[in-house]
Formats: sequence, structure tokens, C-alpha cells
Amino acid sequence: MQQIIFFISRNSTKLLFLLLLLISLFLTVQTHSFHRSKALHSANFVSGTIYEQANNLTEYLRLKDENQILAEENARLKQILYNSEIIVDSNFQINPALRIAEDYKLLQTKIIRNSYHRKDNYLTIRGGEAQGIQKDMGVINSKGVVGIVENVSINYATVQSILNKHTKISAKVRNTNHFGTITWNGKNTGFVQLIDIPKLVQLHKGDSIVTGGISTIFPENIPIGTVDEVFESQNSNFYTISVRLFNDMTSIGSVYLIENINIREINQLEQETMDNLR
Amino acid sequence: MNSSVINISIRFIVLVFLQVTVFDNIHFLGFITPYPYIVFILLYPLNINRNLLLLLSFLLGMTLDIFNNSGGVHTTACITLAFMRQSLLKMSFGYSYEYHMFKIPDKFSSELLTYFVSGVLIHHSVLIVLELLNFELVGEMLLRILGSSIFTILLFFLLTGWTKSYKR
Repeated sequence: MQQIIFFISRNSTKLLFLLLLLISLFLTVQTHSFHRSKALHSANFVSGTIYEQANNLTEYLRLKDENQILAEENARLKQILYNSEIIVDSNFQINPALRIAEDYKLLQTKIIRNSYHRKDNYLTIRGGEAQGIQKDMGVINSKGVVGIVENVSINYATVQSILNKHTKISAKVRNTNHFGTITWNGKNTGFVQLIDIPKLVQLHKGDSIVTGGISTIFPENIPIGTVDEVFESQNSNFYTISVRLFNDMTSIGSVYLIENINIREINQLEQETMDNLR
Repeated sequence: MNSSVINISIRFIVLVFLQVTVFDNIHFLGFITPYPYIVFILLYPLNINRNLLLLLSFLLGMTLDIFNNSGGVHTTACITLAFMRQSLLKMSFGYSYEYHMFKIPDKFSSELLTYFVSGVLIHHSVLIVLELLNFELVGEMLLRILGSSIFTILLFFLLTGWTKSYKR
């Protein structure tokens, strides 16, 4: 017994190091696995506040560009609005003859910390549970898809960026029904990869890639990017397509969050179906 | 005791703050990011308990991991550096470093350079290898380790040079 205590006290530094090493390696490996929602994240009061203050300072440098982008988006949306017959008077009264679905709700917020130089990128946004933000909401901006909400605290949330090796977003070639999955190989911040598109599809450079309707996170037809290059492999029936993103992920500010009102119902239904199979 | 505790706490907070607000946003040539926060471990007082240093390094690494959403890569790199610090000191300054009771950044010397360079290389290697964790990217790994290390070391000497001239 005495010898054990002596051994421990003599090697305390080594033992402590081994213990801490085990903990930190566990944390590291956990990040590299697919489900990482229990990992440490920056959606907390301290890091959120610091990032927000730092962002308040640097935001002004981008303000002009940001205004320009929002004004262009407004013009585009107004053009659609006035050419359709959705509204009937100046108070944005919706035409009662139309039935407008209320499946999606949009919230607006801003990114306070952007990350794009790593292989697993996460963004931190202003707004959390208190503002109605929940895990698995879709994040987009005026140009296209940005990511998916991962961790939420009271006032902040982290977003798994489209530039993250764990991100998988259902997508399709516009105006067709050929679905595939958007992934990122970690190399270039301007390009993502679309996999699982069957080889019988006719593809041209410049074809638009949009979100597919089969996901509960994003509505259909949100732009992602354009086909840049198509790679064929001999031993597979699927293409790997390099997609040029519409978004410049290195400079994004204002974003929208999409809430699917029916997500609980859909998940419950799917769960019941799975349970019945067993 | 009190003044050194306060001193160390301030150093901890200032270095973490600078790292997450300034240095983490530097991506020189798209992939080179300096990590000068490890000056906290390298310049930690010599006469203090090693176990305490290990625990503080663990805390330091974990703080950065929380800010960066990076799991445990900074934590692993920091405790590895803290654990190897004694050997590095022996290697650079000779076995008698414990009896000299010198303060580390007293003067620029080849010993100090050896100490800094080896420490930075160990930390950055662990950090970047764990972050990529993909051996298809060996070329990128080596480039990033080398680039970031040079950047960090340059920053070290700028910072220590600045504090020295400030004291005079």
C-alpha cells in the first residue's frame, strides 16, 4: 500500500498528464465523429459576448457591401411580388383568393463569428433559445444555403457551415428530380461536391444546383451553386460534381433562419413508421 | 503569492482574448495562422509546481477549443507542450537551469531561440496533425506546421522585444 502511494506521488505529473491526455483525446475524437452535439461549443455567454463585441467593431467595414446586397435582394423580391398577384393593396394585404401555405417561418439574424479555413467549420450567430432558434434549423442568406444550426444556448447558437466535412445537405439539379447529397472535401472554400447523382442525367456546366425537397430542414429550390466540373468514375454509377457556390463563404453577414413548422409532426410520423416495422 | 496569481491570471485572459479576437482571424496566404497564446506555457514561472502548470494548460487549451468549436485539439497540444517543457528547458539551457533562477526572457540568446522554436514546433505539430487527422494531406500538414511556427516565433520576438523596451 505504502509503495503504491509512493509510486503515485513520485509519478504524479506523469499520471496527471496521462489522465488529461485521455480526456483531451476523447474530446478530439468526439469532434471527428458524426454526432458531436455534446462537444464543447462557442454558443455560450462568454465566447458569444466576446465575439459579438468584436463583430460590432468590424461590422462597419462591411456595412456598405451588406447594404448593397440587401437592397439588390429587396429589388428582386419586389419585382416578383409586383408581377405576381399575391398582394392586393399597399398594406401588403394578401390576395384572399390565394391559399398561401404556412409551412415555413423565417427569422433574421447576423453572423458574429465566421470560420472557413478549417476542415470542420462552425459559425456563431446572434440569437438563441430566447429568440426562438432551435437545433436543425436551416440557415441561408440572400444568395443561398449557409448551413444548419447545431448547438443553441440562451442568446447564441452555432451553425454547422456548408464548408464542414460532416455536413450533408440534400440537393438536386434544378428543374429535374435527380437528387444527390452536398458534401465538402475540405479543400476550396468556393466549391462543394455533389455526390450520388446517377450517370444517366444530362449535365452541363453552369446548371444550377438547388436544395431538394426531401429534407425537413430546407424548403425546395433554395440556390446552392452551379455545376463547375463533372467527374466520372469507372467503378461507380454516380457522378461526383464540383459545385461552385453562389455564396462567398469568406464574407457573410446577415442570414435568415428557416423553421419548418411541421418538423415535429414529420419526425413523429417517421418515428412511428419505423417503430411499426420492428 | 498574490501578485504572481494576479499576474498569471491577467496574462491568461489577455492572451486568450488576443488569440480569439485578433490572431485567429489571420489566415496569411489562406492557411497560416499564428498561435502566440502558448507564450503563456513557455514563459510560465520556473519555480512553480508542474502539476499546476499541466492543469492550467489544460484549462487554456479547453478555453480555446470552446471558442473555436474545435473539440480537443488545442487542449491536447497545450498539455503535451506543458508536459515536455521541463525536457525542453534542460535541452536548451543545460541541466543547471534550475539553479540559475533566471527569468526566461532576460536576454535574446541562441538558448532562448532553441527553446522557443522546439516548443512552438511541438505544439503546432500536435495541433495541426490532430486538426486535420487525415494522412492524405501530409503536404498541407507540413506546410501549415512550418508556416504557422515561423509566424508564431516572429510574433514572440516582436512581443518580448516590445515588453523589454517598455520596461526600460
